[in-house]
Amino acid sequence: MSMFNLFRRQSSAPIARERLQILLAHERSVRGQSDLLAVLREEILAVIEKHFPIERENVQIKMDRGDAVSILEIDVEIPNSAGLLRSA
Amino acid sequence: MAKVLVVTSGKGGVGKTTSTAALGAALAQSGQSVVVVDFDVGLRNLDLVMGAERRVVFDLINVVQGVAKLPQALIRDKRIETLWLLPASQTRDKDALTEEGVGRVIADLRAKFDWVICDSPAGIERGATLAMRFADAAVIVTNPEVSSVRDSDRMIGLLDSKTERAEKGQRIEKHILITRYDAARAARGEMLSIEDVLEILSTPLLGIIPESEEVLRASNLGSPVTLNNVASAPARAYMAAARRLKGEDVPMTIPNDKKGLFDKLFGRRAA
Repeated sequence: MSMFNLFRRQSSAPIARERLQILLAHERSVRGQSDLLAVLREEILAVIEKHFPIERENVQIKMDRGDAVSILEIDVEIPNSAGLLRSA
Repeated sequence: MAKVLVVTSGKGGVGKTTSTAALGAALAQSGQSVVVVDFDVGLRNLDLVMGAERRVVFDLINVVQGVAKLPQALIRDKRIETLWLLPASQTRDKDALTEEGVGRVIADLRAKFDWVICDSPAGIERGATLAMRFADAAVIVTNPEVSSVRDSDRMIGLLDSKTERAEKGQRIEKHILITRYDAARAARGEMLSIEDVLEILSTPLLGIIPESEEVLRASNLGSPVTLNNVASAPARAYMAAARRLKGEDVPMTIPNDKKGLFDKLFGRRAA
């Protein structure tokens, strides 16, 4: 360490700036995603409900973001009492 | 045509109420008719900062619920006759505000004033979302500090999605107001610079309010800083910001309080 550094504290603003940039890039992407998921969830529920009654909590919608592709996963639990599978 | 402006920040303690009072007074000093509306139900403070705390009879909740008429609740400033205050309730809670009721009050205020300035509570709950709900423009008060910048980013997201204008697909005008800025510390790399904050938030700058003793002095006395000491650095910065709000092209500077040799040698002086 040179004498110069002894008298000069490392500046903290560039660190603050970098931490914020990384954090906000993440938070902005999550924000957009959760909105999109909420919209998708409502629309998918509406489509399913047109055909048979479902419990809303039995529908899981997830988005896994990857670098090349993302996966939208929709899990719908249908009670056998709905009569859907028997008629097939 | 009336303009509804929300002063918001997400984070508490960054200077929303100070800025509401200062910008409201500055606009009124330039001849515009202005009402400042306190949305911080349960924790009202705009009345105190404006020096009108002993004159509150009716409040926003009373008007929203139809208990009082709007003119009964409006308090005229004793110093500038075009400046008015609509206080928040201190005893009720934010759930007493309804979207429909707030919409009605804002529409009535639009008909009476050139500027309706809504002082938002901190946080992102009902009071804050209702304060911004009917706004045409927003001032996002930001300190050059990580948590404040992060919260400002969140508020920008809410302004772009939850306001009436955003839902109608219209643009909401957004401005960053940087407060408590210390140019010397920023120059030494100890504080985020103006450029850092603007680049991170990618929103245009309305003004830079320097850190100053004058702000506390003014609130101690119950006077907006632009009224209490017109020549002070924060007053000049708020005056310039108010002119920019009116669409004037004012060069961006960071005013500083001039200190004589005596002040530099002996530091503080008595208020």
